[in-house]
Amino acid sequence: MIPELGNFSLIVGLAFAICLSVIPLVGASSNNLTLVRYARPLTFGVFLFTLISYLLLTSSFVSDDFSVLYVAQNSNSHLPIQYKFAAVFGGHEGSLLLWVLMLTTWASALAVSSLKLDEAFVARVLAVLGMIIVGFMLFTLLTSNPFERLLPNFPAEGRDLNPLLQDIGLIVHPPMLYLGWSGFSVAFAFAIAALMTGRMDAAWARWTRPWTLAAWSFLSIGITLGSWWAYYELGWGGWWFWDPVENASFMPWIVGTALIHALSVTEQRGAFRNWTILLAISAFSLSLLGTFLVRSGVINSVHSFASDPGRGMFILMLLGTAVIGSLTLFAFKASQLKSTSKFELYSKETFILAGNIALVVATATVLLGTLYPLLVDALNMGKISVGPPYYNAVFNPIVAVMAVMMGVAPIIRWKKNKAGTFRKELGLVALASIVFGIAFPFVYGGEFITWVAVGMGLAFWLITATLKNAKTTVTNAQGKIDLSRPNQSYWGMVVSHLGIATAIIGATMVSFYETQLDIRMDVGSKVTLSGYEFAFDGMKDVEGPNYTAKQGQFRVFQDGQQITLLQPERRIYRVQTMGMTEAGIDSTLTRDLFVALGDPLDNEAWAVRVYVKPFINLLWIAGALVAFGGFICMGDRRYRAKKVAETEQQTIETVAARV
Amino acid sequence: MKPLVSMLLGLLIVLSGNAIASSVETYQFSKSEYEVRFQDLNKILRCPKCQNQNLADSNSMISQDLRREVFRLMEEGRSDDQIIEFMVMRYGDFVLYKPKFDGVTYFLWLGPIGFGALGLLILGTVVFRQRNKRNAVITADESSGEHLSSDEQAKLDRILKRDSD
Amino acid sequence: MKRFILFLPLILFLVLGAFLYKGLFLNPKAMPSALEGKPVPEFKLLTVTKGDRIVTKADLLGDYYLMNVWATWCPSCKAEHPYLLDIARSGVPIYGINYKDERAEATKWLTTYQDPYKFSAFDVNGELGLNLGVYGAPETFLVDHKGIIRLRYAGVINANSWGSKFVPLINDIKSEIAELAGDSES
Repeated sequence: MIPELGNFSLIVGLAFAICLSVIPLVGASSNNLTLVRYARPLTFGVFLFTLISYLLLTSSFVSDDFSVLYVAQNSNSHLPIQYKFAAVFGGHEGSLLLWVLMLTTWASALAVSSLKLDEAFVARVLAVLGMIIVGFMLFTLLTSNPFERLLPNFPAEGRDLNPLLQDIGLIVHPPMLYLGWSGFSVAFAFAIAALMTGRMDAAWARWTRPWTLAAWSFLSIGITLGSWWAYYELGWGGWWFWDPVENASFMPWIVGTALIHALSVTEQRGAFRNWTILLAISAFSLSLLGTFLVRSGVINSVHSFASDPGRGMFILMLLGTAVIGSLTLFAFKASQLKSTSKFELYSKETFILAGNIALVVATATVLLGTLYPLLVDALNMGKISVGPPYYNAVFNPIVAVMAVMMGVAPIIRWKKNKAGTFRKELGLVALASIVFGIAFPFVYGGEFITWVAVGMGLAFWLITATLKNAKTTVTNAQGKIDLSRPNQSYWGMVVSHLGIATAIIGATMVSFYETQLDIRMDVGSKVTLSGYEFAFDGMKDVEGPNYTAKQGQFRVFQDGQQITLLQPERRIYRVQTMGMTEAGIDSTLTRDLFVALGDPLDNEAWAVRVYVKPFINLLWIAGALVAFGGFICMGDRRYRAKKVAETEQQTIETVAARV
Repeated sequence: MKPLVSMLLGLLIVLSGNAIASSVETYQFSKSEYEVRFQDLNKILRCPKCQNQNLADSNSMISQDLRREVFRLMEEGRSDDQIIEFMVMRYGDFVLYKPKFDGVTYFLWLGPIGFGALGLLILGTVVFRQRNKRNAVITADESSGEHLSSDEQAKLDRILKRDSD
Repeated sequence: MKRFILFLPLILFLVLGAFLYKGLFLNPKAMPSALEGKPVPEFKLLTVTKGDRIVTKADLLGDYYLMNVWATWCPSCKAEHPYLLDIARSGVPIYGINYKDERAEATKWLTTYQDPYKFSAFDVNGELGLNLGVYGAPETFLVDHKGIIRLRYAGVINANSWGSKFVPLINDIKSEIAELAGDSES
């Protein structure tokens, strides 16, 4: 009964969504305020019924209802309860329902908080969101329904959740990712509404930016969590593989970064309007493309869901409709919205535009690499692989260019900057960065490594330039510190930019200075790596809730003192009888000590892999900083001011009417 | 040296039997630089039957065999390029994560450079074109005579000031 | 000109979409063999059933023949085995490559399920398999009269795959042989 109710609830939600896609748009086009006013209640209706549907699916999991096919495939009565909750979105069908739920959540949040905005405009935005929701709901209901039943012969037990997924990473990583991906739909909808109404002023950018910042920040967290999870869970110490699915999550993020900066320019200077709209369309389009790549079976990845060309076709149609529709609208309606504000060559606008272009070049590059094997295969030219060696070669130079620009841009004025500013403010910093960069690999590792010099030099540059600019910004004309001077967005920028610098440090250090040892260890033996001594004391048998494991006991010494006990495991899960390895990790700011068990050898010896990974935790801290900066920006007063907005609205409308 | 290694490997294969294999192998290298090269090569060679894993991360049987081959060839004194050629001759370009630079992949390697050049072109065009327009627009504004009343201007200024950096 | 630029993103996407559409009909997991068009590699192995008989490439005889990679640990090999017996009975020479297996198990298997092979090379280390670019079992190679590999088929052979993939090539080989004979006569 419950699953049928869940299915029914989703269908009701679909009905609401269809109404939402049509009625407010009709109302907005015909100036019918009554119809326009339906937008918000319809949005809440969609949200409510989607939520009910999701909760009912969850209850099927929690109550071990294995008559539901999806539950039988992804759960088990011995599965710990928190993973039952996570298993709801652990498979393709359920994760789609989560996508829909996220979309409706964003739409509802918009409906609730946009009471100050122009009603007809908001109605259009919600209608576009409604269309997207309709697309995803149809996809779920028609090809990937999680409520399908296994009657009359259903199993007494489920197949259990994949052991690799039975981890806290599963509980947090996908929801954050989906929040980010689906969140870009808001910017997309705003862009479509702007194109429809021909209305794209600074106010439009101001409305759009906080939503984009929110989505982008969640996506930043999601990507960071994914990277961290892969690192400690897969047991082989990697944290980014340029796997097509990873790229699918990264590309919207890069474009999202360009978008939030472009929105800033449109908001403050009225420039780049067409460009910003195109970026807003692209960010969400890339989210959809990512969904396609992951679920259609078109690319080869450990992350992809079980694929089905039928589903792939549906998503392609969804992707096609959204993108072709929006880009056609763009092609016809964009030129009406020409920017009126001008800027010189040496101006902040130029720097931000240059940064935007670099980010788009980066996205295009990642997209090219990801799709190239498909291209080659489709043209019958064989099968090739494109992996980390390619991406690192083409991507890192772009990051380098960006890091340089990020240091300079904050000191450059809008519209027209005086000559000589760079030399005066940052000339010394630039010099110091070069010296630091060159010296670093000698001091740290005793030999020169080009990319280490580049990476550390850039990080030094970015941190110093950012902090120096911060100090200048808070110092008032009398030379005293005045923290109220810069607005909140400025601090957000500082935090995020420092986060990027941190990521550069972490990536550079761990890539070039990590050490690894694959070695046979007998009980009682010791190995040394990078100044740490690892002593193998033997194995212990351990029982988990749904697995048994052999747990290794490794004492780690530094300078003769024991600093930690690492306990890596080889687990056998009872249901899927799949073996799995859990690494033993000791983390500090400056390094991770990482031990993973290989196979048992003769004589109670084991094959063991030992890593020392310097500064790897900076990567996760960096992700947190970047996201945190985004949230800080979002909280800026100018996005929250309510009453002011109304009068501002009226003034703008009056002025616009005059001109 | 070699017979001992083969024996150890043999034991490894026999004992691992039905147990889930891992990708950790305990090869003894005759030169320490071989070990580093071995680890690096395993990262750029792809497991032929896995879903996007390199030889270093995969615990499939074919990956074990290929790692053993890489070890054998390394100990024979072959260079990195020779080892890669050995693999490509048997498994095709698919097994290489670093695409070759040939007719099929020109666009792949030159594409990013092309994108970059295009980007610079766009940057230059946009910046310089709107600079020129500026002069034209100013003239037009001055001649059309559209102005805001002083009240409206003051209101606008207040609002704009609130919004600036 | 400006209008055209605005249409560029749409055009680019349509091109991309076409490739994605085509991609839905491809199989990213299928791997073409690097050995097609190349000669069978040299090898020197013992056989499974006659433990002291050594076989080499020179022992592979026939106007055309199959090399079938099989193992007792491979369930799909068992599935295709009956069809292999059929093919063998119809006169197609099949040479087995017993891949990374145990001799006792393999011998028992051949006795129990019958032996379609002229002989099975005992490739215990998978060395011949490696040189053939084998990455799993079952795999079957079709070799022509010149010792050149014409096809590598990874998967279970049944009436369908035999008819669609092997038969056309075998016919090609037969006509090539006939041509050669015709040439030498005239």
